[in-house]
Amino acid sequence: MPDRRVVVVGAGHGGFQVAASLRQSGFDGSIVLIGDEPQLPYQRPPLSKDYLDGKIGLDLLLMRPESFFADQRIELMMGVAVSEIDRAGRRVALSDGNHLAYDHLVLATGARNRVPPLPGIELDGVCYLRNLAETQALQQRLAAAKSAVVIGAGFIGLEFAAIARGKGIPVHIVELTERVMGRVVCPETSAYFAAAHRASGVAFSFDVRVERLGGEGGKVTHVALGDGRTLPADLVLISIGVVPNEGLAAAAGLAVANGITVDEQLLTADPAISAIGDCASFPSRHSQRNPVRLEAVQNATDHARCVADRIVGKPHAYQALPWFWSEQGALRLQIAGLTTGFQDVTLRGDYDKGEYSAFCYAGDKLLGIESINKPADHAFARRLLAAGRDVTPAQAADLGFDLRAAAMARG
Amino acid sequence: MPQVTYVSHDGKSTTLDVPLGTSVMQAAVLHGVDGIVAECGGSCMCATCHVYVREDQLAKCPEMELGEDAMLDGTASPRQPNSRLSCQLVMAPEMDGLVVNMPETQT
Repeated sequence: MPDRRVVVVGAGHGGFQVAASLRQSGFDGSIVLIGDEPQLPYQRPPLSKDYLDGKIGLDLLLMRPESFFADQRIELMMGVAVSEIDRAGRRVALSDGNHLAYDHLVLATGARNRVPPLPGIELDGVCYLRNLAETQALQQRLAAAKSAVVIGAGFIGLEFAAIARGKGIPVHIVELTERVMGRVVCPETSAYFAAAHRASGVAFSFDVRVERLGGEGGKVTHVALGDGRTLPADLVLISIGVVPNEGLAAAAGLAVANGITVDEQLLTADPAISAIGDCASFPSRHSQRNPVRLEAVQNATDHARCVADRIVGKPHAYQALPWFWSEQGALRLQIAGLTTGFQDVTLRGDYDKGEYSAFCYAGDKLLGIESINKPADHAFARRLLAAGRDVTPAQAADLGFDLRAAAMARG
Repeated sequence: MPQVTYVSHDGKSTTLDVPLGTSVMQAAVLHGVDGIVAECGGSCMCATCHVYVREDQLAKCPEMELGEDAMLDGTASPRQPNSRLSCQLVMAPEMDGLVVNMPETQT
């Protein structure tokens, strides 16, 4: 008996896609999409790029117009939070006091900003960049900012820095570790990006912690560092990563460990509850089945399609190749595969010109490929890695080796 | 206002008014046209807004840049000589009447 009502908690990329894919696959039951933000479901990647920069408006952020949801019979409950899951009763409790029954529940609760326990964190002028409201607030600040300090040199911090520099605002990035994007790229790529940002006027302090945020009259005025220095700032962006929203699942007795634990079909231990996207920890084919939790649009939407397939009676293990991207000023970074645990890097292309790919290996095994202003390599990388084909370090380094032919080969 | 006709893989046709400066992808998404996914939001990063442009209209479209040419090698449905990424087809007056066919799958 097919599920009659699917309730999706979270209306980000994953939640939206489950609803859309269920209808596309012919699911005829009821679909309820619950989101705790007031807006229609919108795309997040442009927030830290074209939207923050003022190049596109809210209309172009929306996943689909409002009429789409009516046409597709997707019931939207926006501005509503789920407060509890009653597994025995197969229903969720809502922030408005109502209850909603489900036959299948999809948790697409995403992640939230990691907030450091710093003195002064509550000061006016301390900003975040994850959802629309935060981005709109940041946009206003940015228009009047005299100097910005960014805490954390990940994708978000660097994307913000590129936009702020484009507006002529001094930017200083403070990073606890020794390099930019250290969690996701190889040292060579970190070095290239740090140099490029420096060339556009970004200042960096590495290997240093923030001691406190200081202010006057409730407004932030400076950032005090562990090495005794003080950086002036009327805008401080906190971009030190996110933590998964796993509380609902944990409170309902489901296993959590850096994300909601799911199997290779993205199902929790409760056969009526799936978890997808940023909040889900799953055994990936591309991580030797070790549990991973990925923060990426591709991951969220491909998870969603996999769960929709299962709900309509076509179950399969999740197989999709992870990929990621970032745009920082003129720099385009595209990553295919999971490079965690790499030991060796082979560069292909012109590193000094900033048009290259980094092939990351563990022993002989190709784990992933980072492409910098090399979209062709990225397109081939996705095909190669998805097919599980190998490219040796010697081949990778040899520009005479035909990457396209290797990627397009059949079988 | 210039118009674009979107033809789905099963032959269903939808014609939209597309303002100058708006991409063929953006107009499709704004109007909920099925068949264009545009997972990256129009950054030429994902190759899920793939369309086939009517052959005799290819010359009216903006020239293909290297990034688009490259990403077209990663489309889910086969690349053809008339393949384009619709996020890169920004509406210009001479593109009025453009007809694009959507592939069987984008992902």
